[in-house]
This record gives sequence, structure tokens and C-alpha cells, in this order.
Amino acid sequence: MRDDIFTKRRNGNLVFLLALLILSVGSIIITEYDVIKGFTSITRAVIWGGSNFYPDAESLRILPEIFPKLQETVLMSIAATTVAAVLALVLSLAGSQTTRINRIFSIVSRGIASLFRNIPIVAWAMVLMISFSQSPLTGYLALFFGSLGFLTRAFMETIDEVGNNSIEALQATGAGYFHIIFQAVLPASMPQMISWLLYMIETNIRDATLVGVLTGTGIGFSFDLYYKRFDYHAASLVVLLIVITVIVIELVSNNVRRVIL
Amino acid sequence: MQFKELIVQETNNICEQLSSYEDRHTSFKELFLTKDTINFGPIKLLDRASIAMRTVILFLTVLTIYFFSTLDYQSIDVLKGFTDTFVNFKTMFLNPYAQRFTLGEAFYNVVVTLGLAFLTTLIGGIVALLLGLLAAQNLAPKQVTNLIKGFVAIIRAVPTILWVLIFAVAAGLGSAAAIIGMSFHSISYLTKAYSESFEDLDRSVIEALMASGANWWQIVFQAVIPSSVTYLLSWTFLRFEINFANAVAMGAAAGAGGIGFDLFMAGGFYFDLREVGFITYLIIAIAIALEVFSTNIKGKLQKSI
Amino acid sequence: MALLELKNVTKNYNNECCALDNVSFSVDKGEFVSIIGPSGAGKSTLLRCINRMVEASSGEISVDGLISSSLSKKKLRKLRTKIGMIFQHYNLVDRLTVIENVLHGRLGYKSTLAGVLGRYSQEEKSQAYRIIEILGLNEQIYKRCDQLSGGQKQRVGIARALVQNPKIILCDEPIASLDPNASKIIMDHLGNISKEMGITIIVNLHQVEVALKYSDRIIGVNRGKVVFDGAPCDLTTRQIRDIYGSESEDLIIDLGERHAG
Ligand SMILES: Nc1ncnc2c1ncn2[C@@H]1O[C@H](COP(=O)(O)OP(=O)(O)O)[C@@H](O)[C@H]1O
Ligand SMILES: [Mg+2]
Repeated sequence: MRDDIFTKRRNGNLVFLLALLILSVGSIIITEYDVIKGFTSITRAVIWGGSNFYPDAESLRILPEIFPKLQETVLMSIAATTVAAVLALVLSLAGSQTTRINRIFSIVSRGIASLFRNIPIVAWAMVLMISFSQSPLTGYLALFFGSLGFLTRAFMETIDEVGNNSIEALQATGAGYFHIIFQAVLPASMPQMISWLLYMIETNIRDATLVGVLTGTGIGFSFDLYYKRFDYHAASLVVLLIVITVIVIELVSNNVRRVIL
Repeated sequence: MQFKELIVQETNNICEQLSSYEDRHTSFKELFLTKDTINFGPIKLLDRASIAMRTVILFLTVLTIYFFSTLDYQSIDVLKGFTDTFVNFKTMFLNPYAQRFTLGEAFYNVVVTLGLAFLTTLIGGIVALLLGLLAAQNLAPKQVTNLIKGFVAIIRAVPTILWVLIFAVAAGLGSAAAIIGMSFHSISYLTKAYSESFEDLDRSVIEALMASGANWWQIVFQAVIPSSVTYLLSWTFLRFEINFANAVAMGAAAGAGGIGFDLFMAGGFYFDLREVGFITYLIIAIAIALEVFSTNIKGKLQKSI
Repeated sequence: MALLELKNVTKNYNNECCALDNVSFSVDKGEFVSIIGPSGAGKSTLLRCINRMVEASSGEISVDGLISSSLSKKKLRKLRTKIGMIFQHYNLVDRLTVIENVLHGRLGYKSTLAGVLGRYSQEEKSQAYRIIEILGLNEQIYKRCDQLSGGQKQRVGIARALVQNPKIILCDEPIASLDPNASKIIMDHLGNISKEMGITIIVNLHQVEVALKYSDRIIGVNRGKVVFDGAPCDLTTRQIRDIYGSESEDLIIDLGERHAG
């Protein structure tokens, strides 16, 4: 009996490994990935990076140019996330199983969330670029729509998680819908929602760089500019500043989380 | 003698407490008797948590207002921008059409993108398994976990696109740079996720095995990995979904090929909204299929283990 | 006239027969009624039909002279303010303080705006404070509910029900998650409330001994049917077997004890 279980499990593991192997080989072929070149490029990149990719004294001259860009990118990410969070709150209340008003609203808001989350940010950037050209609004809106989808889903799960126990209790006392939302649902789910909001800001700063490269705005544009001019010292300074910004935001978020959760 | 006194005293104390408790107890009638109001302050508790939450909300609101107030509204017509965008979306989603490639080519490119995502996830998963073990506080010394967690946090702070572009200098633009560059983020993300799953493991299990003389590798393979394999797999599937989206983006922004490159050409080069719509639909369909697939797998795994 | 009257109440979930099957009984002011029966018998369903947290499929329920099934949404909320409810899992908003949770019992009396903002009058707060004091929680009044023990949480649940000024309190297995000491305190409070305040208490119980000790009257339910309705002293071992069916073998009941209490 026991042997059976063990052989079965071993066979299962073998099948799993075999499937992984086949998929890997298939992927390597179809993506034309040169495995050896890929891995040797790591050492080459390290050597190259050590000798070229660091900020030198001369590159500091660009600081006055890139600080405004960095500030713009950070503010854009924060504004996009915050506004998206407000809308996502409404959508998630309408969409959650426990707080929905009726089925149709629920399906609609779930649909919106799923659609917006899965439209690639590249598509947003391309389309918005056509109308808003290189204004910060392009990046802002691209981040906004993506965040709206993600946050709606995250908030919906948060509301479902905090459970309908206290909702049931308040219904039984004769409290109305808005009483229940403001006195039970929001107090219980607010900390987790703020945690998601902070996570989204971090993610958006990184995504803002991508949008910037695509649309020629913000800090992503600065990087692209120096990168294409082969001014790697300046480009590395941009990377360093982004890293510092993201890490500072992550540290602040972690501290906030520790207090509120 | 002293001891006896102590006991008597203690007994008296208990009796007193009990009787006073009883006294307070049976007086629901008081509710009808007294109607005078007690002066009452605010009922909300202002503890650290609620102060922190209010500060965060206030701070974000102020920064948002500041962003909008400093935005340069002169150079663009905002209203026209919005109406244009609306019209563009309508064209995109209501008249999707592909003319520069066949359906077969589109599918081929989707598979390329899926391949990029798969390889990235695989490399990420393998490396992260090792790093995750070394970053789990219950499995490795504190200095090592801190070192790895810090290292991984720095890797994560660099946007994926920058990793790919940096590697492209050494490896040239193409799938090699994209896969290695994207793997960095996967490694970092999965290391964090895996190590947190390992840390959730009950300490007593590890202690019991250590007491029986098992060495580190035995503990890892007999206890740690088997008991967290569900979490590991669901995090990995989640990362695969993210990597698919990333592979689309890298195709567009860093020449990694696949459907992302088609999207970039359609939108950024030909300005063909109908084709952008077609590709977007294709990507949404795949993304939703992946999501459904991974939710199903998660459900099955949770049942079987 | 009886305070609460059920006539031929039937409830089918998803058209399956029958969570409640033709249940009729009436309860007077100040009565302490225990409902006993095996799990799945329909005790929770019965209780929730009374305040329409669950809609009965057919039959008539009248509370304080009002036929509850015919009430509009607004009138139903008003009716619910007259019926307190306490739960096995307490159903408090864990992140809020004791006093905030207790005052939730007043929401049914409030306008939407006042309730959303959590504005309570001095009289309401004073009343809440007195109730909290009687229940022995005055040291916890500003504590968050996630810092309380199970017994304390259930006392908050009782306070929330009392602050409603109810005529009836429904209790769904109030002591099922508590240790014997805490259970005794809770049951004593409920007994006192019914004796001293003349509030009708209807309580679902798992433990027959507890029902025997505290109630004026016991209703036994099995498979949605009332199979016993009478004074505790009329309950025989045979009838307990009727109520609990095959489960009765597992019950260790000392019927002799009831005369002691
Ligand atoms: N929401 C529901 N949907 C479908 N069936 C339910 C629901 N709630 C209860 N039931 C069924 O109704 C019957 C009575 O349940 P319940 O009233 O919870 O019993 P008790 O409280 O005595 O354990 C059970 O068979 C249960 O499966
Ligand atoms: Mg029940």
C-alpha cells in the first residue's frame, strides 16, 4: 500500500519534470533564445557594468535636469494610484459578494476590473499617446487605468475576506446599507486597502519608467536619452536615483504597514 | 502559623471579590432607574494605527492635488484629448481588424511571448528556490537572510525595462537580453514570496526534525518544501501571469519580439488603432485564460494536499 | 396577545425540502425560551426567519402585533430595532472599540447621514456606558475588540443588543465557542435580562443541561419540525431521543440535575 503511494508520487514528479523540460526546449526554440549567450552575457554585463555603468563626477551635472523629471514621475504615480483607489473603492463595494446592491452592478464592476487589469499597459500608452502626446497626462492615465483594474480586484478580495459576520449583525439591528458600509465594512478593511494602495504606488513608479521609455516622458525618457547617447555614466545615475526612490518608498510603506495592520 | 493566616486572608479576599461582583451583577433594573446623562468625550479611538492611516490618506491627497495643480495644461487641449481618446477607444474595441499579419502569425507571436514568459518564470523559480531557503529566517542565520533580502530588494527596485536595456548592451537587443533581464525581477519577486512561505512553516516541525538528527538538506527536502509546495506553485503561477504582461511590454519597448512588438508597431509606428484593438483583444484573451487556468490549478492543488 | 407568533412557517432553501416544516408557536413577553436540536435541524433558520434575515417560504410571523412578511424595507428596519440578536462568533467589528461596537445597536434609529458619520447623542452614549458597566466591561470600554477574550466579546454582543431597547433578543448558539466559566456568565446575564427587564429571550442551544437550567420553556426541533414544546420539567429521556434522533446516544444528560438548579 505505502509503496504504491510512493511510486505514484514519484511518477507524478517525473511527469511534471518531463513536462517542464519539453516546455523549456519548446520555448528556447521558438524564442530563438541562445542559452549559452544568455548566461555568458551575465558575466560580460557585470564586467562591462563595473567599468562603464557607474555615475562619475561629470555625470552629476545632469542632476538639475533629472530631479524635476523624477519628481514628476513620483507625483504622477501617487496621483494615479490615489484617484484610482477612490474609484476602485466604489467599484469594489458594488462588485463584492457581501456588499453588492444587485447582481447586474456586481457583474459590470467585476467585468470592468478584469478588462482594465488585463489590457496591457503598452496598449494604454500607445492609444493615449495619440491624443495627449508627451504630456504627463499620458503616463498618468495609462497608470490610472491599470491601477483601477488591479485595485478593484484587490479591494474586492479584501472586502470578501473581512467577512460578512459583522455585516449580518448590523443588518439584524436594523442598520441601513450606508450605515453598514461606513461603520463595519470600511473600518474593517481600511488597513488592508491602504496596504494595497502603497504597494500599487511602488509598482506604478516602476511602470512609469516603462511608460516613459515608450512615450518619451518623465524619468523613463531621461534614461532612454542618455542610454541612446551611450552616456552610461548619466544613465546609471538615473537608475541609481530610481532605486533610491523605490527603496525609500518601500521602507516607508513597510513601516506604515507595521503600524496599521 | 503565618501560612495559615495567609490562607485565611486570601479566602476573605476572594469572598469579598465574589460578593462585590454579584452585587454589581444583578442590576439590569438600574437601566430603568437612572436617566441622567454622563458626559462623554469622542468615542473614536485615536491609536497609532488610525493616526497613521489618516496621515497617509492626507499626505496622498495633498500630493495628488499638488500634481494636478502643477500640471502643464497649456501645451495640450485636455478636453479634446479626452474626447479623442474616447473616439480612439471606440475604434479600437468596436472595429478590431488585422491587416499586416495573418491570424496564424499573430498566434505564433503570442506563443513566442508565452515562451519568453515561461523561460523567465522557470529561471526565476529555480534561482529563487535556493535564495528563498537562504532568506527564510527559520532556515538560515540572520546575517544571511538580511543580506539576501536586501540584495533582492535592490534588484526589485530597478524597473524591468531598465534591466533588459542594461543587458542589451552586453548581449544585444533580443530574446537573450529580455529573458535574462526579466529573470532578475522574477528571482527577486519569487525569493521574497518563497521565503515568506517558508517562514510560515511551524517552528516546532523543524525543531522536531533537528532533534532527531536530520541535517539541513534533509529538513529542507522532507519538511520545508513538501509542506509549502502549494504556496510555491501558486506564487509561481501568479508570477507567470505577471511575466506574460512583462513579456508583452518588453517586446514593445526592448525589441524582445513576440506579440508585444506587433502591438508597438501597430500603435507607435503605423498608428493603426484597429490593429491595436485586435492585438489587445488577443492579449486580454490569453491573460484571462491564464488567470482562469491558474485559479483552477490553485483550487485543485489545495484540494489534493 | 402574544409578543411573537409563528403560524405554519415553512422554509425551503433552493427548493429543497425542508429547513423548516410547518412550524407554529407563540411566545409571551419576558419568556426565556430555549430551542434545542441536532445540528442542521433548522434552529438558525428558525431564528433568522423571525427578524427576516432569512425570508420564510410560507406562513405568517407576527412580532408585537405586526405581520413581518408584509412590511416594507423601511418598516422592516424599524421592526428589527425591536429585535436584538447575538451570535456564536460575536460578529463584532474587531478593529473598533467596545463602545463603538455597542453603539452600532443604535444605527437602526438613525438617519443615513448621522449613522454614516457615527454621531450619537449624549443619552445614547450614557445608556451604552451604563449597560457596559453592568456587564462588567467598564475597564475595556476604549479597548479594541480584537484585544478581548471570547467571553468579553460576547458581553459586547449582549450590550449591542440591549442598547437597541429591544423587546426580544434572539441568540444563535451564544456559548458554543466559550469555556464553561464564560458560558455561565453569559447565560446568567441573559437570564437576568429576561427576569429583570422583561425582555423575551429566544436562545438556540446545543447543551441540553444548560437549556434545562435556564429556560422557562424548551422547544425541540428535528429536521425542521417542532417535536417538543413545553416546560423543562416535562422533558423526558424519550423525548430527548426524539429530538436528537440517533445522535442522542452521544449525549450525556443527567436529567436529575435540573431539580437542583
Ligand atoms: N444559506 C443556505 N442555503 C442552503 N441551505 C441552507 C442554508 N442555510 C442552512 N441551510 C440548510 O438548512 C438546514 C438547516 O440549517 P440550520 O438552520 O443552519 O440548522 P442548525 O442551526 O440547527 O444547525 C440544513 O440542512 C442546512 O444545510
Ligand atoms: Mg446553527
